[in-house]
Amino acid sequence: MKTFAMGGVHPHDNKISTEAVIEQMPLPEKVVVLMNQHLGAPATPVVAKGDKVKVGQLIGEAQAFMCANVHSPVSGTVTKIDTCKDPFGLAKPAIYIDVEGDEWMESIDRTPDIKRECNLEPKEIVAKLKEMGIVGLGGATFPAHIKYSVPDGKKAEYLIINAVECEPYLTSDHRVMLEHAEEICIGISILRKALGVPCAYIGIENNKPEPIRVMREMAAKFQGIEVVPLKLKYPQGAEKQLINAVTGRKVPSGKLPIDVGCVVSNVGTTFAVYEAIQKNKPLIENILTVTGKKLPSQHNYQVRIGITYNDIIKHSIGELPENTGKVISGGPMMGKAVCNLDAPTTKGASSVLVFDESEACRNTETNCIRCGKCMNACPMGLEPYLFSSLVKNGRFEEAGKNNILDCIECGCCFFSCPANKPLTDEIRLGKNKYRGILAAKQKR
Amino acid sequence: MTTQILLAVAVLGILGIVFAVVLYFVAQKFKVVEDPLIDEIAEVLPGANCGGCGKAGCRALAEAFVKQGNMEGLKCPAGGNAVMEKVAALLGQTAEASEPQVAVVRCAACFTGERRQVRYDGLKDCSFAGSLYMGENGCAFGCLGLGNCAAACQFDALSMDPVTGAPLVDEEKCTACGACVKACPRGIIELRNKGRKNRRVYVNCVNKEKGAMARKTCDNACIGCGKCAKVCPKEAIKIENNLAYVDYTVCIACGKCVNECPTGAMVAENFTPVKPKPAEELNAPKATITESVAPMAEKVELNNNLPHTN
Amino acid sequence: MKPLSISGSPHVHSDESTKKIMWRVNLALVPMLLVGIAYFGLNALLISLVSVACCCLFQWLIEKFIMKVPTTLWDGSAIVTGLLLAFNVPATASMIWIVAIGALVAIGIGKMSFGGLGKNPFNPALVGRVFLLISFPVQMTTWPTVGKWFPMSLDTTTGATPLGVIKEGLMNGQKLSDIMASNDMPSLLNIFLGHIGGSFGEVCALAIIIGAIYLLCRKVITWHIPVSFILTAAIFSGILWLVNPEKFVDPLTTILTGGLLLGACFMATDMVTSPMSKWGQLLFGFGCGLLTIIIRNWGAYPEGVSFAILLMNAVTPLINRYIKPKRFAK
Repeated sequence: MKTFAMGGVHPHDNKISTEAVIEQMPLPEKVVVLMNQHLGAPATPVVAKGDKVKVGQLIGEAQAFMCANVHSPVSGTVTKIDTCKDPFGLAKPAIYIDVEGDEWMESIDRTPDIKRECNLEPKEIVAKLKEMGIVGLGGATFPAHIKYSVPDGKKAEYLIINAVECEPYLTSDHRVMLEHAEEICIGISILRKALGVPCAYIGIENNKPEPIRVMREMAAKFQGIEVVPLKLKYPQGAEKQLINAVTGRKVPSGKLPIDVGCVVSNVGTTFAVYEAIQKNKPLIENILTVTGKKLPSQHNYQVRIGITYNDIIKHSIGELPENTGKVISGGPMMGKAVCNLDAPTTKGASSVLVFDESEACRNTETNCIRCGKCMNACPMGLEPYLFSSLVKNGRFEEAGKNNILDCIECGCCFFSCPANKPLTDEIRLGKNKYRGILAAKQKR
Repeated sequence: MTTQILLAVAVLGILGIVFAVVLYFVAQKFKVVEDPLIDEIAEVLPGANCGGCGKAGCRALAEAFVKQGNMEGLKCPAGGNAVMEKVAALLGQTAEASEPQVAVVRCAACFTGERRQVRYDGLKDCSFAGSLYMGENGCAFGCLGLGNCAAACQFDALSMDPVTGAPLVDEEKCTACGACVKACPRGIIELRNKGRKNRRVYVNCVNKEKGAMARKTCDNACIGCGKCAKVCPKEAIKIENNLAYVDYTVCIACGKCVNECPTGAMVAENFTPVKPKPAEELNAPKATITESVAPMAEKVELNNNLPHTN
Repeated sequence: MKPLSISGSPHVHSDESTKKIMWRVNLALVPMLLVGIAYFGLNALLISLVSVACCCLFQWLIEKFIMKVPTTLWDGSAIVTGLLLAFNVPATASMIWIVAIGALVAIGIGKMSFGGLGKNPFNPALVGRVFLLISFPVQMTTWPTVGKWFPMSLDTTTGATPLGVIKEGLMNGQKLSDIMASNDMPSLLNIFLGHIGGSFGEVCALAIIIGAIYLLCRKVITWHIPVSFILTAAIFSGILWLVNPEKFVDPLTTILTGGLLLGACFMATDMVTSPMSKWGQLLFGFGCGLLTIIIRNWGAYPEGVSFAILLMNAVTPLINRYIKPKRFAK
């Protein structure tokens, strides 16, 4: 069975919410829609205080190149256009909406029928993706219209669908594949058409036998879609590692997947693409796992973006357990710890993961014993222990020479470190500082 | 036996002579001619290599002095006027005396008790923590309390207060080299003139949020109300981005603004509560002193006793 | 509710720790300890106890009174050092007090003077051993012979190690075939089972292999250093043997005698003092093997494993610097 070339770790996968069917989260009373839910510049609000908005109406417009449209996830009145503290306590531009009813834009097809035909030209597909504010739902929230416009002189040969879900705990992709297999395959066909590639591969890790079976059966009905089961190993879902696992190609340092003829898309994104192109539904909902070993129940929800973390917790489990130590948005390996639960969710949110105190705290750091486990675990073939000491001594340029910018921040080094050194933290710091040095050099 | 000893002595002796000759020629070939003045100036400089001058170290500054020939734009902030005079004498120039400065931490950070909203558990580095989240006390502008400034200080003048978790400046030791200013990722620390009798008035906050939001975050936040600017006799206070700033080059340390401040963000340092007449002493023109002196003294004292100011 | 904790990702850990690694090494050393006690009895037991106790004591004292840091005694690394040091000395009664000095040197100079576990450039146990070898040459080369099982007496009859017999024979101008045929040389089976003279941890190849297999299975060590060390030694000595079988020992005897196996599996693989990349480890093992054979055949001492490993320890930072792991897509 295929997997990527080097490094990787095997965290306990803890997929305890695979049986929870996707439920619809009830509408909250208020939502706050952040203007930068994607990688790049924030969108510009195009509504004013007091405006009535419908579900799916454009409220934030993409004006910069690296930007995505934002649509209203609810119907109601705009009460405020101001800043809002994001889950990490940092102020971001946002639109506040009071929910009134649930009135959708007329253009959106809300019938449960599956629409299979798509007659749009590739350019029209990309334009529609931009209009609908689609972003990559794998975590990086990269605006989709940029990803699917292949630059001149380059050619896409493979479309790789990331259904690996290598992060422990997360099951949203798992459930989507079980419940919306056909829509996903239609979405993949649309993306294939947009890119003009002959074949699409769906990479799924072998700890998900059921989705592999379901997707295989469905893919057989479509042309040019193939399911590739992959050996369980983290971080298989990282772009470069997935391309390597599926095609055997390696994206060189500083290059993009398109440079080796690949485009990678998350499986959740393909579902959003289907809804956007076939049903005219903008990206206003995402599928989110609420999980944690110590929680009374496990859930998978379809939620409107802009709902606060507190609302999600209230609807799913009532309230956080008394000894909650950490709330994480995303998976435990690459997700971010949330400190402001009053903050709204965004397009890229894939889970609310609750850890109790014993799971949350890090063990005490001890001396590095130079065991080399970090180096063997690194999927990019880097030397985390070296970065640790270089960063500590402020030798960022030397860290740069040792390819620190190639780090994908997967966390394998910290995960495997017997001395509990915050290696990933140190590398992130080093990357930031080194980027600063490079930028300063360029200015000069 | 004797031949062996003689042989060893001879071999080693010849080797020694050969190496000596080689070394002599190498030394001649790669000789670096250096102005002896550089050494002399480097001798005078503090030798802490703090980087406050913007050069790589004290020797680099000395080289810059000699290369330039005059003192324009070059200064050793750590050494202060005394050192600059010595350097000037060596260079045959006159030193311009500058006002002595001191590092001022402009945040009433407190990481204990109710203000603590989250617990940080990761790399002890302010700029990394600041890229992750707002800070343990909930303020996205304030001190993160992980001590980058204290680590940067070469003069042992900054320490982290074990009670509040915020940095404390030792005025006696601080040389105003500016290393901490560069080290702080949130720009909280500022070099300000020491002031007459070490008396300084400054805004102990850098929160640029709107008043209500700022107040919600911290009791001692500047809410940008502008009361201080109104009473200032010298127009030394500017309000920008919901934040007041006292221009230390204009401020006469009268202390009026301190009493006006509704949140206690305005701080007067080293004002003696016993002799509280700085306003009258300095005889500010058109100053309408409506309050009696006694409550003012009380307020000043109160501010001085805040645990997080120096 | 208490404050939520926040940190950069990842938020989970493999639960691997230095402590677990060190205790696994201790467990892997138990077979050798048992064999040592079985062959050399009370002496071996006492030497081990004194060595481990002294290592722990000195580490605790240094951390408490000199470094003034919380003690790291429970990570078990001092016990590893203590056991390895004990395994590397002959099990005679006079060693019981000498090994205490070795423990002081191993922990004090070999480890703590550099800042404790993880910062030492040389394997502490080997530093201790080499110090003893140079300071107490007579006691360190007076080897007890194996007699009955579990000898309880402190007095032992002494003899020479196979390597010592060979070295002395060759120095006296004897032919190797004559030496091997003499009564002093044990059979290969006895060498494998450890029924020979020598430091009490290194005699039994079987016990060492059992321990090494355990460490390999628990992923404490990788195969690279032991395999390249042993292979290099075998190939190099094999070449020499083919050239002149009357002067050089055959490869199998070379590997099974002396401390080569113990060194290759437990001393050279010490994480702190060996290179980190796979290719670096192979090079390290190669260097160790080469130096061992060179010292054994042309050096003053009959055994060269300790010196070889220490010399390669010194080169380790250089190997780490220049032999980088293979980068992704390069």
